[in-house]
Amino acid sequence: MQTFLGLYNFWVVIVLMMIGFYIVIAHDNLVKKIIGLNIFQTAVFILYISAGKIQGGTAPILGEPGAVYSHPLPHVLILTAIVVGVATTALGLALIVRIHEAYGSNEEDDLLVLDRREDSP
Amino acid sequence: MSLLWLPFLPLAGALLVVMAGRLPNLREALSLVTAAVLAALTFSWYPAVTAGETPTVVLFDFLGSAQLAFSLEPLGLLFASVASGLWFVTTLYAAGYMRGNNEAHQTRFFTCFAIAICGAMGVALADNLLTLFLFYELLTLSTYPLVTHKGNAAARRGGRIYLGILLGTSIGLLLPAIVLTWVLTGTMRFEPGGILDGQVSQGMATLLYLMFAFGVGKAALMPFHKWLPAAMVAPTPVSALLHAVAVVKAGVFSILKITVYIFGLDFAAQGDITRPVMWVAAFTLIAASLIALTRDNLKERLAYSTVSQLAYITLGAALATSMSVMGGAMHILMHAFGKITLFFCAGAIYTAAHKTLVSELDGLGRAMPFTFGAFLIASLSIIGLPPLGGSWSKWYLMLGALDAEQAIMMAVFMISSLLNIAYLLPIPARAFLFKPPAGSPIGLREAPLASVVPLCLTATGCFCLFFLPGPLMALLSPWNDS
Amino acid sequence: MTAQLPALQILLPMLASALCVLLRSPAGAWLCFTLATWASFAVSVLLVLATRSGAILSYEMGGWEPPFGIELRIDALNAFVLLIVSGMAAVMAPFARSSVLAEIEQTRVYLFYALVLLCLTGLLGISITGDAFNLFVFLEISSLSSYAIIAMGPNRRALLAAFQYLIMGTVGGTFILIGIGLMYMLTGTLNMADLAERLPAMADSRTEKAALGFIVVGASIKLALFPLHAWLPNAYAYAPSLVSALLAATATKVAAYVLIRFIYTVFLPERAFDGLMLSELMMALAAIAMIAGSVVAIFQHNVKLLLAWSSIAQIGYIVLGAALVTTAGLAATTLHLLNHAVAKGCLFLALGVIVWKTGGARLSDLAGLGRTLPWVGAAFVIGALSLIGVPFTGGFITKWYLLVAVAEQELWLLAGAVVLSSLLSIIYMGRVIETLYFRAPSQGTTRSEPVPVLMLTSVWLLALLNVAIGSYSEPFAAIARTAAGQLLGGTP
Repeated sequence: MQTFLGLYNFWVVIVLMMIGFYIVIAHDNLVKKIIGLNIFQTAVFILYISAGKIQGGTAPILGEPGAVYSHPLPHVLILTAIVVGVATTALGLALIVRIHEAYGSNEEDDLLVLDRREDSP
Repeated sequence: MSLLWLPFLPLAGALLVVMAGRLPNLREALSLVTAAVLAALTFSWYPAVTAGETPTVVLFDFLGSAQLAFSLEPLGLLFASVASGLWFVTTLYAAGYMRGNNEAHQTRFFTCFAIAICGAMGVALADNLLTLFLFYELLTLSTYPLVTHKGNAAARRGGRIYLGILLGTSIGLLLPAIVLTWVLTGTMRFEPGGILDGQVSQGMATLLYLMFAFGVGKAALMPFHKWLPAAMVAPTPVSALLHAVAVVKAGVFSILKITVYIFGLDFAAQGDITRPVMWVAAFTLIAASLIALTRDNLKERLAYSTVSQLAYITLGAALATSMSVMGGAMHILMHAFGKITLFFCAGAIYTAAHKTLVSELDGLGRAMPFTFGAFLIASLSIIGLPPLGGSWSKWYLMLGALDAEQAIMMAVFMISSLLNIAYLLPIPARAFLFKPPAGSPIGLREAPLASVVPLCLTATGCFCLFFLPGPLMALLSPWNDS
Repeated sequence: MTAQLPALQILLPMLASALCVLLRSPAGAWLCFTLATWASFAVSVLLVLATRSGAILSYEMGGWEPPFGIELRIDALNAFVLLIVSGMAAVMAPFARSSVLAEIEQTRVYLFYALVLLCLTGLLGISITGDAFNLFVFLEISSLSSYAIIAMGPNRRALLAAFQYLIMGTVGGTFILIGIGLMYMLTGTLNMADLAERLPAMADSRTEKAALGFIVVGASIKLALFPLHAWLPNAYAYAPSLVSALLAATATKVAAYVLIRFIYTVFLPERAFDGLMLSELMMALAAIAMIAGSVVAIFQHNVKLLLAWSSIAQIGYIVLGAALVTTAGLAATTLHLLNHAVAKGCLFLALGVIVWKTGGARLSDLAGLGRTLPWVGAAFVIGALSLIGVPFTGGFITKWYLLVAVAEQELWLLAGAVVLSSLLSIIYMGRVIETLYFRAPSQGTTRSEPVPVLMLTSVWLLALLNVAIGSYSEPFAAIARTAAGQLLGGTP
């Protein structure tokens, strides 16, 4: 029970990751896929932040000597990853706009049908 | 002169031919000169090799410690002489044939021809399995444009079978066999006495021998023989030189060389290592002769006859006695002269009378006496009747079968000789003895001189070879002792 | 000067990318692209010369000492991959001029070049860095820019292909990120050499195994290893010609490098392959990829798709060598990185010329072109022969080393799979070559002007390179052996 509750943030990570992954796989709507991808990435962000957290620690700002503070490196790392995530989302959404312009739909199954119809004649 | 000239002179010739592409006379002259020089160079090595020397040249390390290297041993010199000598004759013939039939892309034709000879010389001179494989594939690829020369649907179909079987067997079986030999023994060199003895088990050796024999698709063992009849869509000079001499002989030569220098005759004769291949060869020998009987297309009949004659040589290798291997080696030469004459005749008939079927040849002998005379001589040589060259090789092959105590194989040789008579002799018989169909023009209608002279030359060759076994024995004897 | 080479390797294309945006004119951007790739190729040649004897270069980025700062660490394998990536880009630069003008809108050409350079920066960065997190960042730089340049393909399907690649690629990248995070939690370091030293202390923890699992799966997605290959065929098929060629020649090679680097350098093979059955799994997947990829390729009508499926089969060869855990196997893999890049690059470029001429890459567009464009046809044939593994082409060299490596381990079934895959490649390449030479030309519209010399130069450089490597491979093979020795000898 202790391990279960004590590591609850890791359980959150796993649950979020699976939710995100499920959306990416199961949904046909391209926007929803991007949202799923975002949830999936958020789970990873929490994983990193959890690793740096120290119980009772303060922000890593130079202050009185000897104070307990959280490890700053994972935060910095994940800041980079968040930027990457935002860029991915932006690019993905831009692609969806272009896809909608070109096909008139952003449902993946519709698009595949349109592509196949182009092939057949 | 360096040994390197032998494989690389034809390559230089190919370059010259490309450069002279716009001037047909100069192009053919260059081809002829290159062929003549190559043949002369090859023959010039005869004294040294007969004296027991094995000149060797190492080019460079090709794959790790595996080298690209050439060496000249008696078997290789024999094959190189056959290929280069007949290249000269065929170039003469091809010049007449290609012009006579107004074929297109003649520069490409002569270029690929020269590259193919480079491949054949490389196979002949290979010092190790890797070098052999490299030039073997070069030979396959350079002949593909020749087979598909006409560029029509039939040529494409023929080319597909040709390349599919030859590349398929070599990459699928020959290359793995070479890799296996390399991994098991740590060497790929052709050594007198073989390299496998004591390194591999009997079972593994049997498997390897099968892989080599089938992997060399050019030897046309059944069921990998289909490419040979398929390749008959090529112009006749190609069929003559490549599919009677260079390509197919590169195949059986490889098998002989692998038997002698990789397995070693002593090792190969132990147990049942060569037994499965021997039976396949015997089957091919008979079956191909029977198929040849049923074919009406002249070139196709000759192709199946080639399949059967190649099996003689493979069988000679698989019997693994010094006599049988000597017979096989001689058969490379004897059959080459015989079969190239037959193909030259087929081409001359096509050029002069535009006939391709055996059943159309009735009475044609009166119009083309030289052509059919040569055809008759070559047929008799292939059947193995004295006083023609072919009788020597069959004699030694039979002696070999006797040495190996394989009475059944003796019988196979004999039955097959009878079958040879049955499918070859009716052709000149029809031409000379049957009445020509009504309305056919009367008088002499031979093919152009450039076609008739070569075929008379090679027919004379068949005759001369019977009286000149001495030099041949001298060449093959030092190797025979070891 | 030479001390700064590792930094220049990344900085040159990165700065050139920004310069392209400033220049705006298509010709200026192309010139900038060309010069940048040539300069970065020169740098990688110098790096190869410096490391081929087994020396290791270490560069402290910004003067921060490793393992705290980011380290650029170059051994024989890195340098070889850098050479492949920058070399391919440099060779393809002349080709780009006409091909890009024909396929990309005039107003976007400069942005296109900027993105290609950014993608190169990412790929070079992945190969050169010695820091695990830095590797992830470069991975995303190259991925994001490649999604964008794939989407610029002339057909609208390029958009969907790019989107699918984006989803798969991001999942793969995030998996690698998770793996790196788990390793960081265990050891508190991100420097690969440092990780390799500290991980053995955690040898039996489940976290380490999870980290390895995530990284292997993530890298396999990027590598398009069967069955994670779904994104690759469409992405290659509908991208602009230059992008297909460049990505086929470099992107999967770099992904393979990532896989090898993590398994061999960071986790060390003896621990990575124990317990997880990773070696057996990779061999099995490689064998399936080799055969399945080739079989699917046989049934394609679009030649770009055909080549893409053949890439999936070729990735099988690369992974197979890496899974053998022997010097011979790793050397074969390293060589195949080069040989496949050269062969596939040559094929895609030759196809690019055909697309430039006829506007399509379907088999019917290729009909009879071997006669009308003899030089392009001949180059395509050379590339195809190399792919099949015919002697005197690069493909034969790797096939030989790979077969020997497999036979040494007495894995006969795998040897059979390699041979079978080669036989299948005869069939699918044979189909294309027959179409090139034996079918009557179709009546479609083709450009009347002759093929630009610059395009032909690129195509033939690669074709000749195929033959050159096939005829004399020893210099490259020596580097490959050094690299394999370093990988198996522990940390670089």
